[in-house]
Amino acid sequence: MKILVCISHVPDTTSKINFTEGDTKFDTNGVQFVINPNDEFGLTRAMWFKEKQGASVDVVNVGGAETEPTLRKALAIGADGAIRVNAAATDGFFVAKQLAEVVKNGGYDLVIAGRESIDYNGGMVPGMLAELTNANFVNNCISLEIDGTNATAMREIDGGKETSSTSLPLVIAGQKGLVEESDLRIPNMRGIMMARKKPLNVVEPVDASAETTAVKFEKPAPKGAVKLVDADNIDELVNLLHNEAKVI
Amino acid sequence: MSVLVYTESEQGKFKKAAFEVASYAKEVANQLGTTVTAVAINADNTAELGNYGVDKVLHVSADSLKDFNAKAYASTLHQAVEKENAKVVIISSSADSKTIAPILAVNLKAGYASNVVAAPTSTSPFTVKRTAFTNKAFNMTEINSDVKIVGVSNNAFGLVENSGDAAAEDFSPNLDDSLFGVKVDSVDKVTGKVTIADAEVVVSAGRGLKGPENWGMIEELADVLGAATACSKPVSDLGWRPHGEHVGQTGKPVASNLYIAIGISGAIQHLAGINASKVKVVINTDPEAPFFKAADYGVVGDAFEVVPQLIEKLKEFKANNA
Ligand SMILES: Cc1cc2nc3c(=O)[nH]c(=O)nc-3n(C[C@H](O)[C@H](O)[C@H](O)COP(=O)(O)OP(=O)(O)OC[C@H]3O[C@@H](n4cnc5c(N)ncnc54)[C@H](O)[C@@H]3O)c2cc1C
Repeated sequence: MKILVCISHVPDTTSKINFTEGDTKFDTNGVQFVINPNDEFGLTRAMWFKEKQGASVDVVNVGGAETEPTLRKALAIGADGAIRVNAAATDGFFVAKQLAEVVKNGGYDLVIAGRESIDYNGGMVPGMLAELTNANFVNNCISLEIDGTNATAMREIDGGKETSSTSLPLVIAGQKGLVEESDLRIPNMRGIMMARKKPLNVVEPVDASAETTAVKFEKPAPKGAVKLVDADNIDELVNLLHNEAKVI
Repeated sequence: MSVLVYTESEQGKFKKAAFEVASYAKEVANQLGTTVTAVAINADNTAELGNYGVDKVLHVSADSLKDFNAKAYASTLHQAVEKENAKVVIISSSADSKTIAPILAVNLKAGYASNVVAAPTSTSPFTVKRTAFTNKAFNMTEINSDVKIVGVSNNAFGLVENSGDAAAEDFSPNLDDSLFGVKVDSVDKVTGKVTIADAEVVVSAGRGLKGPENWGMIEELADVLGAATACSKPVSDLGWRPHGEHVGQTGKPVASNLYIAIGISGAIQHLAGINASKVKVVINTDPEAPFFKAADYGVVGDAFEVVPQLIEKLKEFKANNA
């Protein structure tokens, strides 16, 4: 089985979010970048398939050269090879079209992406990629088993879970639950050394247009100070929630 | 040229989000000077949509669509868009709608903006405000394609009553077998419980509760408020509560009217996911807990004393206001 894991290169969850150039660009100054957490769950599941069922695992990112350390980290965790499509990830549709090309050229059976990236939260690349490559699609995936070309997947729905049967080729959008938190791997020294020798191929983008443009960013308005209520005066809390906040 | 809206239902009944997206669609239709057409799949009372400004309902009844199927639902919407020659499609942020939208976008070669929190600020260029960086920022996005898809965040636009005819018309999409590559085997869902996505009030508890055996009072509080229950990440990692209750940056997003955080410190990853909630209350023993900086109301106190009191006071309040 050939697996492709889509890796988004995102600011660490503790990053301060600021913008530059008249609020048109994310300010990367002092920001640490990591593998998107939803993609890390997927990469970990891919490693499981590789070790337990035999599979090759490539990772891919659409982005500039600055994303290569993130791809190297995925190689250090255990992926066999990496591909970087050399283009700025302008919008979800554009990224999906680039990934579709990689999937077609590489003949992948299973593509594992993340539910959403934690920077732009588009949540559209996996579904678009599935449709562009004519693959089956399971979103919000919290469990995946593969047997030959058959697959059983569970997805989180509003208020519960749904189990379905499907087959390869398949694209899933993974999230927490796909693997146990304790199964996530931190690259070790040997992995890091080996990653340096693994292939990281840079390919040029295909001609494709973006359908949306992020024109400006703004930060939420600063919040007023908290109103403290004494622990012996819970009546007052109920009163405030009813008369002032009007939420009960 | 009408604005098309997908109004989601469950077991024949429209979800609250369906009325919210209908309200949003009406606003867009007003801006564009056109009408609203809804697509309803296996829904019973399509006339209800008239209360939110829907002029026409394409009513689909199909056994093959009893179970959710992303491609077949997307294809249904695609055919409805073509029939109506719609240029704008409005969809909710439910788990199912977020699965349909990207597929529909490819079918229609349409730009899709998700997590949109307000009516378009302009229709030419078509510009919407969406959240980004998991609620740490907003992002003005232009959709440049001929057909545009707008995914509206839950509880952001709200319900706006309006009157429309909601004239129902049977609609039978052509659904090829090849669309059904994913087959639902089973659905495991607690019925009769408010989901985090739909809830107006969410009661959430963290590691401060010490152990799973102490969740009785959290459930009781949620019960009194008609709220959904949620938890912080370590609580679900420890197995105290199911993963489905985990909220925050790597869990579910929350955009309720009221969010009550009990024994939750307010780490940046937690706050990112719940910040879209309108009113936040924190109950925590530690006055230095970061949650106090993000909350509207706070009680510095022990959850084991404060929560039972709050339950009592809310019961009294309900009795007096019944
Ligand atoms: C990549 C990444 C992603 C993450 N994503 C998420 C996420 O999506 N959601 C999330 O929640 N976390 C997330 N986290 C974890 C986050 O950083 C915090 O560790 C977590 O939110 C803390 O949970 P907590 O508040 O329940 O526990 P703690 O931080 O341990 O806080 C417990 C609180 O309870 C209070 N307390 C103790 N006893 C009582 C009492 N008797 N009465 C009242 N209060 C009491 C304490 O004062 C303390 O403030 C993520 C972390 C990382 C690194």
